[in-house]
Amino acid sequence: MTKRRTWLYFIPYGLWLALFVIAPVALIIYQSFFDLGHHFTLGNYSAYFQSATYLKMTLNSVWYAFLITLFTGLISYPTAYFLHGLKHRQLWLLLVILPTWINILLKAYAFIGIFSQAGLANQFLSFIGIGPQQILFTNASFIFVATYIQIPFMILPIFNALDDLNPAFINASQDLGASGWQTFTKVVFPLTLPGVKAGVQAVFIPSLSLFMLTRLIGGNKVITLGTAIEEHFLTTMNWGMGSTIGVVLIIAMVVVMLLTGDQKPKGGTPR
Amino acid sequence: MKRLISIIVALLAICGLLGYSSDRLQASSGSTGSHVLNLYNWGDYIDPNLLTKFQKETGYHVNVETFDSNEAMYTKIKQGGTQYDLAIPSEYMVAKMKRAHLLKPLDQQKLTGWHNYDPRFLNQSFDRGNRYSMPYFWGTLGIIYNDKYVQASEVQHWQDLWSPKFRDKIMLIDSARDIMGMALITQGQSMNATDPATLSAAEKKLNELAPNVKAVVADEIKMYMIQNEAPLAVDWSGEAAEMLANNPHLHYIVPSEGSNLWFDNLVIPKTATHTKAIYAFLNFMSEPQNAAQNAKYIGYATPNKAAKALLPRSVRDDQQFYPNQQTLQHLQVYQDLSPAKVQLYNDRYLEFKMHH
Repeated sequence: MTKRRTWLYFIPYGLWLALFVIAPVALIIYQSFFDLGHHFTLGNYSAYFQSATYLKMTLNSVWYAFLITLFTGLISYPTAYFLHGLKHRQLWLLLVILPTWINILLKAYAFIGIFSQAGLANQFLSFIGIGPQQILFTNASFIFVATYIQIPFMILPIFNALDDLNPAFINASQDLGASGWQTFTKVVFPLTLPGVKAGVQAVFIPSLSLFMLTRLIGGNKVITLGTAIEEHFLTTMNWGMGSTIGVVLIIAMVVVMLLTGDQKPKGGTPR
Repeated sequence: MKRLISIIVALLAICGLLGYSSDRLQASSGSTGSHVLNLYNWGDYIDPNLLTKFQKETGYHVNVETFDSNEAMYTKIKQGGTQYDLAIPSEYMVAKMKRAHLLKPLDQQKLTGWHNYDPRFLNQSFDRGNRYSMPYFWGTLGIIYNDKYVQASEVQHWQDLWSPKFRDKIMLIDSARDIMGMALITQGQSMNATDPATLSAAEKKLNELAPNVKAVVADEIKMYMIQNEAPLAVDWSGEAAEMLANNPHLHYIVPSEGSNLWFDNLVIPKTATHTKAIYAFLNFMSEPQNAAQNAKYIGYATPNKAAKALLPRSVRDDQQFYPNQQTLQHLQVYQDLSPAKVQLYNDRYLEFKMHH
C-alpha cells in the first residue's frame, strides 16, 4: 500500500521531467538530423565540424564563457566570503540577489545608457580629464555586463557552501597554529569547492550561448553560438542546423557538468 | 501544509476568475463574433484613430495582434490555430506564403480602390497582377548621417562608406539580405544575385568595410542615432523617418546607383473567416483620405497616389522618402530566394560578422 503511494507521488515529477526536460531535448536531437527539405541526414553535423566558421565560433564561445566565469568567480568568492561574515548577512544576500528579479533586457538597456557616448561612464571620464572613450561595442564592455549579470548566480552557491562549513574546522585549524591564509587555502577553500563548482556550472553554461548581450552591448563584435542558433531559427528557418548547434551546446554542457561534478569521496563527506 | 493548500486553492480561484473575465471580455469585444476583423500587424504600424473611424463607419471591430518579424508571422500562420483575417508581410514573404499556399487570392470584384494606387508600385515581381496582395507602405534602404559630423557631399554613394575617414563610425542594421545587398550594389551586382562566387566577392567587400563598422545592431540603431552615438548608419527608410523626427541633425540618403525597394502588403491568410469585414477594411484603407492619415501617422511612403497628393508639400516633395524617378528606376525589389540560397546569404554574412 505505502509503496504504491510513493509511486503516485512520483507522477507529477515524472510528467514534468518527461514533458519539459526529456521531450524538448529529444526534439532538438531529432530535428538536428533533418535538412531543409525534411530528409534524414547527418549533413548538419558534418557541415558543422567541417566549417571553419562554426569551429571558430565554438572556440569564441568557450573562450568568452571562460573569461566571464573567471571574472565572476574572482569577484564572487571574496564577496560571498565577506558577506558571510557580516551581521545581517541574509539581508545583504537579498540585496545581491535583487538584480536577478529584473529582466535581463532592462539591465542591458540600462548599461547602454551608462556606457554610451554621453553616458554616465563617459561623463565621469571627462570629469577626471581622460575624455570620452568608446565603451559600448567593445569586448571589455561585453564581458563586464555579462559578468555583472552572472555574479548573483555564483555568489549564492558559494555563500551556501560557506554556510554549510562547520566553524569547528576553522577553530581547529587556528588552534593548531595555522595562519589566516593557511586556514583559508587548506581548510576553507577546499571545503567550499563544491559551491564554486556549482557556481561555475550556473555561470559557464548559460554564458556559452548568450546572444542578446552580444548584439546589444557587444554590437555583434563578439559572435557566439547563440547568435548562430538565433539566425538559424529566425532568419534562415533552417531548424536542422540550429538544432545541431543546440546539440553541440548540450554536449558541451554535459562535459562541463562532468568536469565540475562531485567525485564522491570514498569516506563520505566530512562534516 | 494546510496553509500551502489554501494558498494553492486561492491562486487557482484567482486564475479561474481571471480566465472567466477575460473570456467575457473577448466575447464582448468579440474576437470570434461576426462583426470583427482580426488584423495581424507589425507593432505600432497603423493609426489607432483609423481603427476607431473604421468601426464607426462600418460597425466592424478590429482586433490587432502584432508580430516583430516576417518569419515569426509566417511560422504562426503556418502552424494554424490562428484566426487572422489580414496580415501585413513584406514582399519576399508574400511570395513565400503564396508558394506555401497560405494565402487566399483577392477578389478583385470587391475591391474599389485600385485606381488610387501608383501603378509604379503595383504588379511587382513578388505578386504579378496583385492577385494576392495590396501594397500598404513602401520604402528603401539607405544611409542615415548626422550633419554634426558628416557633410552630405561625403556620403552620396555606397562606396563612400568604405572611405578610411569613417573608421569605426558606421552602424549597420543586422540583416543579412540588406547588408549583403549593399555590398552587391556597390560592386555593380544585382541585389538578388545567387551565384556563390559573386556572394563570396560581396563578403570580401564587406570584410574591407569591417574597420569602419562600429556595430551591427537591430532596432536599437534608432536610439543610438538619435543619441548621436554614431555619425553614420545603414538602415531602412521607415526606421530613418522615426530617427529624423527625433533628431534634427539626422538626414537620409538613398544612393542613386541603386538600393532596395521594399513593400509591406496587406494579404488574406488562409485562416481568414470574416470576408465582408476584410473587403470593407481593404477598401477603407485604399481611400485617399484614410491612407494619407495613416501615412502621416506612420511616416512611411504610401503607394497610394491619391493619398500622396493630400500630404503636405514638405512631405511629398521630400526626396529622402519619395526619391525622384531616376533613383526609383535603380531600386531593386528582393526576390524570394530558395532556402538554400537564403542560407548562402546568411552564411557569408555570418562570416563577415565573425570577421569584424
